Amino acid sequence: MKHLKLSGLEALVITPESNFINIGERTNVAGSKKFLRLIKEGKYTEALDIARDQVEGGAQVLDVNMDDGLLDGKTAMVHFLNLIAAEPDIARIPIMVDSSKWEILEAGLQVLQGKAIVNSISLKEGEETFIRQAKLVKRYGAAVIVMAFDELGQADNYARRLEIVQRSYDILVNVVKFNPTDIIFDLNIFPVATGLDEHRRNALDFFEATKWVKENYPQVGVSGGVSNVSFSFRGNDTVREAMHSVFLYHAIKAGMNMGIVNPALLIVYDEIPKDLLQLIEDVMLDRDEESTEKLIEYAEQNKAVKKDKTEELAWRNMPLQDRINYALVNGIDKFVEEDAEEARLQSKRPLEVIEIYLMTGMNLVGDLFGSGKMFLPQVVKSARVMKKAVAYLQPYIEAEKDSTRPSAGKVLMATVKGDVHDIGKNIVSVVLACNNYEIIDLGIMVPAEKILETAIAENADVIGLSGLITPSLDEMVHVAAEMQHRGLNIPLLIGGATTSKVHTAVKIDAQYQNTVIHVNDASRAVNVVSSILSQDRKAEYGKEVKEENERIRHNYLNHNVQKDYLSLADARANKLQLTFDETTVATPHTLGIQVSEELPLEELKAYIDWSPFFRSWDLHGKFPDILTDKVVGTQATALFKDAQEMLQDIIDRKLLTAKAVWGIFPANRIQDDDIEVQDPETKEPLATFYTLRQQTKKASGIPNIALSDFVAPKESGIQDYVGCFCVTAGFGTDVLSAQYEAQHDDYNSIMVKALADRLAEAYAEYLHTKVRKEDWGYAATESLTNEDLIKERYKGIRPAPGYPACPDHLEKETIWQLLQVEERIGVSLTESLAMWPAASVSGYYFAHEGSKYFGLGRIKEDQLADFASRKNIELSKAKKWLGPNLAD
Amino acid sequence: MRIDNTSQLAQPGFSFFHFQRGTFFDTGSYPAAFALQYIPVRHYYLTLIMNTTETIKSLLKQRILVLDGAMGTMIQRYPFDEAAFRGDRFKDWPSPVKGNNDLLSLTQPDAIRTIHYQYLEAGADIIETNTFSSTTVAMADYGMEALAYELNVEGAKLAKEACTAYMQAHPGSIKFVAGAIGPTNKTTSISPDINNPAFRAITFNELKEAYTEQIEGLIDGGADILLVETVFDTLNAKAALFAIEEVKEARGIDIPVMVSGTITDASGRTLSGQTPEAFLVSLEHFPLISIGFNCALGARQLAPYLEILSQNTDIAISAYPNAGLPNAFGQYDETPELMAAQVHDYLEKGIINIIGGCCGTTPEHIRALADLAARYAPRKTEAAH
Repeated sequence: MKHLKLSGLEALVITPESNFINIGERTNVAGSKKFLRLIKEGKYTEALDIARDQVEGGAQVLDVNMDDGLLDGKTAMVHFLNLIAAEPDIARIPIMVDSSKWEILEAGLQVLQGKAIVNSISLKEGEETFIRQAKLVKRYGAAVIVMAFDELGQADNYARRLEIVQRSYDILVNVVKFNPTDIIFDLNIFPVATGLDEHRRNALDFFEATKWVKENYPQVGVSGGVSNVSFSFRGNDTVREAMHSVFLYHAIKAGMNMGIVNPALLIVYDEIPKDLLQLIEDVMLDRDEESTEKLIEYAEQNKAVKKDKTEELAWRNMPLQDRINYALVNGIDKFVEEDAEEARLQSKRPLEVIEIYLMTGMNLVGDLFGSGKMFLPQVVKSARVMKKAVAYLQPYIEAEKDSTRPSAGKVLMATVKGDVHDIGKNIVSVVLACNNYEIIDLGIMVPAEKILETAIAENADVIGLSGLITPSLDEMVHVAAEMQHRGLNIPLLIGGATTSKVHTAVKIDAQYQNTVIHVNDASRAVNVVSSILSQDRKAEYGKEVKEENERIRHNYLNHNVQKDYLSLADARANKLQLTFDETTVATPHTLGIQVSEELPLEELKAYIDWSPFFRSWDLHGKFPDILTDKVVGTQATALFKDAQEMLQDIIDRKLLTAKAVWGIFPANRIQDDDIEVQDPETKEPLATFYTLRQQTKKASGIPNIALSDFVAPKESGIQDYVGCFCVTAGFGTDVLSAQYEAQHDDYNSIMVKALADRLAEAYAEYLHTKVRKEDWGYAATESLTNEDLIKERYKGIRPAPGYPACPDHLEKETIWQLLQVEERIGVSLTESLAMWPAASVSGYYFAHEGSKYFGLGRIKEDQLADFASRKNIELSKAKKWLGPNLAD
Repeated sequence: MRIDNTSQLAQPGFSFFHFQRGTFFDTGSYPAAFALQYIPVRHYYLTLIMNTTETIKSLLKQRILVLDGAMGTMIQRYPFDEAAFRGDRFKDWPSPVKGNNDLLSLTQPDAIRTIHYQYLEAGADIIETNTFSSTTVAMADYGMEALAYELNVEGAKLAKEACTAYMQAHPGSIKFVAGAIGPTNKTTSISPDINNPAFRAITFNELKEAYTEQIEGLIDGGADILLVETVFDTLNAKAALFAIEEVKEARGIDIPVMVSGTITDASGRTLSGQTPEAFLVSLEHFPLISIGFNCALGARQLAPYLEILSQNTDIAISAYPNAGLPNAFGQYDETPELMAAQVHDYLEKGIINIIGGCCGTTPEHIRALADLAARYAPRKTEAAH
């Protein structure tokens, strides 16, 4: 064996080419107060989290130390290591059993199946003990750290280090027959710049001794605890960090290959200010008599530049209310239970904590948000803190039967029947809840009856409806009509991506006598709701809204009457005329249906279009410019960072599953507007896509387009092709967001859904690229950036049913039958033809170079009737689904 | 020759390969002339100057050694019922003992010896003792903890008798007894209680103590090699190796040790979660003559894991896979020809030093493997130098 080899569940081989081996040092009761507290309190689950953080943070070996006067170190060591063995993500890496007591070291070795490192043994108690322990270490199959320590004490200069190393090495290799590669020397790192002359060479001696060891015993390792070197500068992290970096720089050059370093107390060598670097190197290398004085002077002058940690926690010294405000405004949930408890003890009733302390803080949040000084992601984080505090107080409130918490009003929220999209609804709910409104959230796919019954039973003050797909617009109209029918007197809020001020005014408001307001961004929701419910302003505000809606309705109706339409026959006569021949019709390489059960999510990262992600959080702007935007840049950057972290976690732990089904089929245009899809083998018709044609009158030379125009007509005798697909990244979203909700963490719950949506869109982009380059292969040599893809610079299109070119959602049913989508990948359609899971995308593929995205616009009754008869459905059914597109 | 007579030929407690470093010239009651009578000249010189470890290392350099096949599969060919398992000695034992195959060393010794002999005839160089479960830990299932030492002594003796008989009948041949040390039915690294992940059903020291007794029995019964096998939890194996070191030290002897792990499923890890490379690293501190994998999967499935070992160590590599995967009835039905065809790939790649069979293999399988192994050179190892 030429190199040190270690193992946990996986092997770690340390070669001369290996970078410095970083040893995780937070699971050490001597070094981490938090870890000590957790072990003392028996909170092993949280203690394991620290270990996991270390592994995830890149530690290659995990140091575990339980040496504390008040702990039963042996029991704690065995218990903790046994727990680690049950956590494969931690047990992956080798363990360093760390103790000054042999019995703890041995107990640790007896529960580790992998090859560990013992930290440490030495000649301190003489040769006999040293030999006995070394023999046992070897027998347990571990590597060992040997301290430069003997009967006389710790080696504190160059000569003593060499003396002890030589003696230890001889005994280990020649008497115990220890494998030299399994020996690691800890050559004692001592503080420099202490002011004492005898300490001036402390670092230099270490470097030189390290160099000697590596030259004379090339197979052994050299390690040490780095933070000791800066001991004299405790409290000045700027200087300490720089000292650690400089020390490591020289120690690694000399041959030190592993060590205990707190990565939080480290700065990049190149980033150390030149003057400071000079001073520290003078100290470390003992180059200047007065270097210590100068460094101390520098440290004095730069004391103000204290590092984040202490500064970050300074707010903990503020008075209670200020701390609560600070936590809410900054979204820090770490201390909220502590503070809630303190407030509870100071209050007469637990409810007062909410009414006084927390609401004061939330009012501040509300003001900042209202004045544009806070942004939505921050507010959602504030809500998380609030919710945690309330959850903490809940048992006390219930114990006092003191549940009459006054709220500003009850708001019932629901995503309407047939629709599954709830990101926006959840955001509005959170923002309202922050402002002391009580939220009754009925979730998604809620039928009108349930909304009404709950509103009556709960005595709701406001109802909010949300939806994303176009059929939801009709469902909202239906809910409004039912509210009128039952004689309800509750204001109605309308929101969601496809809703609009115009639709709300024209269609919904007309059904309901009470107030109906379109609210499409969360920041407006609070103002709107407070105005509707304000005793003083209620009546006046309601009247204003009604009048505004009437004005919009009037304008709309008058405006539309004047629009010109062609008859369907004329529109067909003006169809888009494309050339179909061997240069424009490409024969696909792969025909028929294909399925991908689990695409690694990593593949999709590069295809994500981030701009819509920010929009879903009410941060408007184009990515990546939004990150540096003057107004929202800071927030966008913070949000983006959180998103990146969660995305990486989702990818690493495979928390979401991406699936796809797609197919390319022989196809031809028939009867002007339809596409006959044929069996790849027999060429028999399999299905028909019914497309809709633009009917508004165009300027001369501009065609009235239908999707069918992009496919060669059957009578041309040219065999053309069409494709369709469904992708999803939504499996797993439910579980994840439910987990977050259970932790009162709406921020991350919303984040999961928003990311799943992005991944589904990215998958659609990814698959389209694959189809263009491989399956259909008409753009095999295409080379486009993600920016190009976002700008749709590719050849051919992938329009989706329910979107402008083909607003008819019913066509999804045809795709579902043709590809057997539900059977193959489990994505289903709701009664409103929304896809479930929500993070899914489906559509067609057209390859012709002349195919392009377009908007259908409004159609006339003649096309509606023709469409119904072609599709063989009732006219009323066609009208229901195409209602939003029908010209009045 | 009829196997039934072999016991007359063997001398109780005698072992050709019991000579240890520095002790050869002081072999107690066995005069060198007695030994010479049976040992071919070349091997005599080998044993004269080497202990068993060195003898085996030297052989490993020359050719691929063949390990025997399954004991259980062969026992199933006998119509042993509960009464046969009990024999006369255990006819009043309070609990059922059928299925305790190791017990047959005491109650049906002729059958065990015959099976050993059949494997030797098939071409095995090393035969494994019928002691896979002969520890106080595993015998607790039958309440037979007190028999652990005796089972190991007798198990080793039976194998030794078969070897002696074979070598007498085939002058020039050299055969070894490997004392089989199974994993026991308890794990030191995994909690059996899902609600209490820190719990362990057995500690390192308890297991080490059980292994110590087994090892002493095997050595006293005449085992030439110790084989820590079917390792599903590396910490269990470390306890066995630790015990071996202690026994070696206490007795002042050396004895060659083989280790064989088992990869339990297609995840490519041991039951206790280690990758093949981590498994190797965890056990490499011990002076092994070979390391490898056995059981669980068929020969084909084992190949990639053997390659990982081969690339990462100088120790000799062993493989004794099952006869394929169990069929719907839990039986192994891969024919000797099929198995040999798969093993053929290992040999072509030159990644094997010791080949044999585990569950479902029979003397026919071992014969096919031995024929094949004879045509190939062994993997080159430092250990064989």
